[in-house]
Amino acid sequence: MAEPVLEIDNLSVQFNLKRGVLRAIDQISFEVAKGETFGLVGESGSGKSVTARAIMRLIPSPPGEIASGTVRFQGRDLYEMSDKDIREIRGQNIAMVFQEPMNALNPVFTVGSQIGDALRTNLGLSKAEARERTAEMLQLVGIPSPSSRIDNYVHEFSGGMRQRVMLAMALSCDPTFLIADEPTTALDVTIQAVILELISSMIERFDMSLLFITHNLGVVAHACDKIGVMYASHLVEIGSKKEIFANPQHPYTVGLLRSIPRLDVQEKFLTPIDGTVCNMMDPPTGCKFNPRCAHTMDICRERIPKFKELAPGHFAACHLHEQPTV
Amino acid sequence: MSEHLLEVKDLVKHFTLNGDFVSRVAGKTQTVKAVDGIDFYVRQGETLGLVGESGCGKSTTGRLITRLIEPTEGEIKLRGEDLLAFSPKRMRETRKDVQLVFQDPYASLNPRKTIMDILSRPLEVHNLAKTWHEKRERVLELLNLVGMGSEHIDRYPHEFSGGQRQRIAIARGLTVNPELMIGDEPVSALDVSIQAQILNLFRELQEKFSLTYLFIAHDLAVIRHISDRVAVMYVGKIVESGPVATIFSDPLHPYTKALLAAVPEADPEKPAPRLTLEGEVATPIDPPPGCRLQGRCPLATSICSEVSPELVSVDTDHQVACHNL
Repeated sequence: MAEPVLEIDNLSVQFNLKRGVLRAIDQISFEVAKGETFGLVGESGSGKSVTARAIMRLIPSPPGEIASGTVRFQGRDLYEMSDKDIREIRGQNIAMVFQEPMNALNPVFTVGSQIGDALRTNLGLSKAEARERTAEMLQLVGIPSPSSRIDNYVHEFSGGMRQRVMLAMALSCDPTFLIADEPTTALDVTIQAVILELISSMIERFDMSLLFITHNLGVVAHACDKIGVMYASHLVEIGSKKEIFANPQHPYTVGLLRSIPRLDVQEKFLTPIDGTVCNMMDPPTGCKFNPRCAHTMDICRERIPKFKELAPGHFAACHLHEQPTV
Repeated sequence: MSEHLLEVKDLVKHFTLNGDFVSRVAGKTQTVKAVDGIDFYVRQGETLGLVGESGCGKSTTGRLITRLIEPTEGEIKLRGEDLLAFSPKRMRETRKDVQLVFQDPYASLNPRKTIMDILSRPLEVHNLAKTWHEKRERVLELLNLVGMGSEHIDRYPHEFSGGQRQRIAIARGLTVNPELMIGDEPVSALDVSIQAQILNLFRELQEKFSLTYLFIAHDLAVIRHISDRVAVMYVGKIVESGPVATIFSDPLHPYTKALLAAVPEADPEKPAPRLTLEGEVATPIDPPPGCRLQGRCPLATSICSEVSPELVSVDTDHQVACHNL
């Protein structure tokens, strides 16, 4: 087993709002090993993006607050670091790709100057060196005629090309860990296929680990080795891609997989999960999934289930598995 | 063979860019050929899925059929009669036969109106209920139909989740007992577990009221699930149409094939998504003559850049627009 690069232990993030306290992530723990691709899936509001931001120490405070837990990167606690050290980690060690390149990139600077800035700040390159390296990076991510495109602004690129620019920027400082937060959600399916292929070839080439955040189960099925499923700020199941798809153990994961329409067969009715996601300002007690679950027992309304290893590397947090019979 | 409820012939919608006086004089106007001569029909009681990537003209098509925008050319026949020839009065009456459900239920419901207001308005416009009690009763019935409790009737849209709002939007479409419901990406703003609920609701309502659907979506799995027949659009043209099973198991057009190969299926055993075309989506702004897929297509020959391929039948009910089959 490869050593973990990123270790998240018992991490909780909350936002102290006027209306009350919102727990965006609640006691989640997972590890990403060197060279591993870890997919974090869940529906909107489940806490996936907050997790990514918490790793990068990008939770605005106030109102945000790390309520418990630690984030360790290569053995060092990111929240114990000085601001200067964390700035070095960001970019040089951990890089991030966002969903909306139009919002993540600055519209009033050319892409060349933005990527070049990152290179000069992080790697201390000269202006000319930075420009050369930027052109190389643009070439690498498949932007045609990079030496002229380098002087274009973000709006002059198509959606797929913008995402390539973001990837070039993220990879420019040779990070060892990439966080991709819904990188293909805004893209059409044909462009998504290209970007997914590009991300996996870059992961291989730069020997990086990947934390891939998405709501699309189809995307994780092909982009990741290991999958974590989130529901209402909790991590409910972790396992290898094979285990999660072939042998899901948490009722939410099972329900999620059943609700996806399939391409190969046409069923008259789908099997949705009943009800709606709970209000995160006022979540139910016990397991957050209990109001929608078909197997709810008394204990589900009382206690939050703990993670249990059901097979090597396959964990689920459900009271069903705490009983000896099931 | 069942009757064609809706038939669209040579439907064209061009938008002019830089249409101001100075640009016109300088000859700098450009034409966006959003919908460029499409033909299709929808049979009574079936679901036609209209699928394509962003900018291909599928939403414009939906808007044209409801006459929210006027076509540049073409015919839209409802039960054999050309909608475009209708008098304004006749058109107003006909609007109750064709209803539209929009993509974003956060934008399509008026935030200042209660659910009662929203759902009773169509009844007033079309004179379907007179007294408050009649309206109230009908609105409660509609809420019940879309799986929502009667306690919601006096609430405002902001009090509901996305899935619930979409149920309300569907109920609004149903108030006037339409024959044709057009769904313009009605489930794409929803999470998968909720999406499945709404797709099932569409199915139930179709069975109950023998509704006909034109279902517009970019998600191929959704289209596969809901449709009886499918039409695939690419940059203003329909490139292939046919029964859902044929399109998904034996696609003929290179674009349909590429679209299907690019879908990541939620099954790690299935092949990884990939793109079988070159380059990026063509632009509908002043497109060159010939096939819209030229330059990206592995089958392209010289004729493809000269003549735009017609949609021709290759089998019963299966049509393809390609020179090289």
